[in-house]
Amino acid sequence: MDWDKIVQLLVNGLTLGSVYALVALGFSMVYGILKLLNLAHGDVLMVGAFIGWGVLGWLGGAQDPSVAVWILLTLMVLAAMAGCGFLGVAIERFAYRPLRRAPRIAPLISALGVSFFIQNSVLLLFGANFRSYESFDLVDVEVGIHWGPLNVWILRIVVMASALAMMLGLWILVTRTKLGRAMRATAFDREAAAMMGIDVDRVIVKTFFIGSALAGAAGVLVGLVFGSINHFMGFGYGLKGFTAAVVGGIGSIPGAMFGGILIGLAEAFSVGYIEDVTFGRLGSAFSDLVVFLILIGFMLLRPQGIFGKKDVKKV
Amino acid sequence: MSVTNGAPAPLLRLEGVNTYYGQMHILQDVDLEVGEGELVCLLGGNASGKSTTLKTILGVVPPRSGKVVLAGEDVTRYSTAKRIERGLAIVPENRRLFGPMTVLENLELGAYLRPRADLKEDLERVYEIFPHVAARRKQLAGTLSGGEQQMVAMGRALMARPKLLLMDEPSMGLAPILVERSFEIIKQVHSAGVALLVVEQNANVSLSIADRGYVLSTGRVVLEGRASELIRHEELRKAYLGR
Ligand SMILES: Nc1ncnc2c1ncn2[C@@H]1O[C@H](COP(=O)(O)OP(=O)(O)OP(=O)(O)O)[C@@H](O)[C@H]1O
Ligand SMILES: [Mg+2]
Repeated sequence: MDWDKIVQLLVNGLTLGSVYALVALGFSMVYGILKLLNLAHGDVLMVGAFIGWGVLGWLGGAQDPSVAVWILLTLMVLAAMAGCGFLGVAIERFAYRPLRRAPRIAPLISALGVSFFIQNSVLLLFGANFRSYESFDLVDVEVGIHWGPLNVWILRIVVMASALAMMLGLWILVTRTKLGRAMRATAFDREAAAMMGIDVDRVIVKTFFIGSALAGAAGVLVGLVFGSINHFMGFGYGLKGFTAAVVGGIGSIPGAMFGGILIGLAEAFSVGYIEDVTFGRLGSAFSDLVVFLILIGFMLLRPQGIFGKKDVKKV
Repeated sequence: MSVTNGAPAPLLRLEGVNTYYGQMHILQDVDLEVGEGELVCLLGGNASGKSTTLKTILGVVPPRSGKVVLAGEDVTRYSTAKRIERGLAIVPENRRLFGPMTVLENLELGAYLRPRADLKEDLERVYEIFPHVAARRKQLAGTLSGGEQQMVAMGRALMARPKLLLMDEPSMGLAPILVERSFEIIKQVHSAGVALLVVEQNANVSLSIADRGYVLSTGRVVLEGRASELIRHEELRKAYLGR
């Protein structure tokens, strides 16, 4: 056994997984409350990545930041969360709310339209080139944990820790607060929630804000540890986040976290081992194959996902 | 100026209400009153518009024309939340508990618009009426028996401290002994000064405890009057009470 490699893949998988989990949470929350697959969710993440990149450049760039690194990182994440939160609110208001009583295919098509609209707007503004956070200049690669076979760059730790913190925060919000109760009630039975005096529209707006803010944060985290960003990146992260949500059980918060980590690990380990296992016939570029085989497997064998209830309807 | 005739001032008044679902005209020129502290029952066959009447009062469904007046204030354009703040609450048809949430959370949702500081007191009041509910507060509402669910649904509505409680077929699906029990509770709530508008299929029992009643047929009020008179009414007997 090559322990160095295994540990490294584990770290990669957990980093990737924590990002997927954040994306999956947004998917799940919106699906839970509107029974809508927000296909534009990955593109919201992409916008978040660009907002983070913009803030980074505005504050002097990675080589010569004008503020302390931790302040810079905090500002990047907060700006992306706020920007994407409002983007999510706008998407709900203009693309989904008018279609709330329409047949289910209509908002799905509208979501696709929003996705293209966002991608092309960013393409128009920033061009098709990849941009980089150049985070190795921001924080030296050598800084971090070095402990036997375990070598983890501090930025990866920051990414995992902040993803975890946000998930915990969301968990507390949903299970312990009045807004969380209203969100769960609305997701379960919208009319009954309205009969309790819950302003259902406001709850939906807040759900979009929170879900999209998490995607925005995920976008910055992606930029920090996986380097380059471009207008098309949202597609892949959206798809993986969706997979994670389905595998975990769409609509379930612990499910989204668990599914995210599972998909991240699956991806990392297939990147690391797919060549060995297939005797060199498939390269690491085929790692997505494994991820989507897992998705198909779940769809066939346990469509409600790991944490899901049986009655979840398929779209 | 009109002369008061000693009748209680109307807490709720519907004036010429017309409610539609899309193109379908459901409620047609409905006039209805519930006085302060009064117990009024709303009778009618299936699909006659009883639930729609309650939803129109609560503001879940907006009327296309006509007025909903609560304690003298025209609330027709008000949100459900604003109406609840003015003293409404509902026990909906089929109870509509939030199944994946605990009994306690369901009760808390009933007090959604109440000040947080009163929560404990409101809970204690409800637990006093339904001691059994107190014992089940950690249980998921979806796993309760039908009778228990009915108690939680009533408790949840009472958490809002309503002046007027709307009840949509509270005895539906309950064993006879539980039907009796739920009417006992209705009487108890009524004697505490809460006005009630109760939708019932079980006309005999509901008229026996009500002050007044209305009968709906395809969205129109076809009969109204004192419960003691309605219960002897020939047509009503034939339509709803006779076997
Ligand atoms: N959301 C809705 N959309 C369209 N039509 C509706 C809706 N809700 C009710 N209706 C229709 O309105 C009519 C009156 O329904 P309502 O539920 O008010 O009747 P009801 O008197 O409560 O009947 P029941 O005794 O069966 O509960 C019915 O024909 C019903 O099909
Ligand atoms: Mg009904």
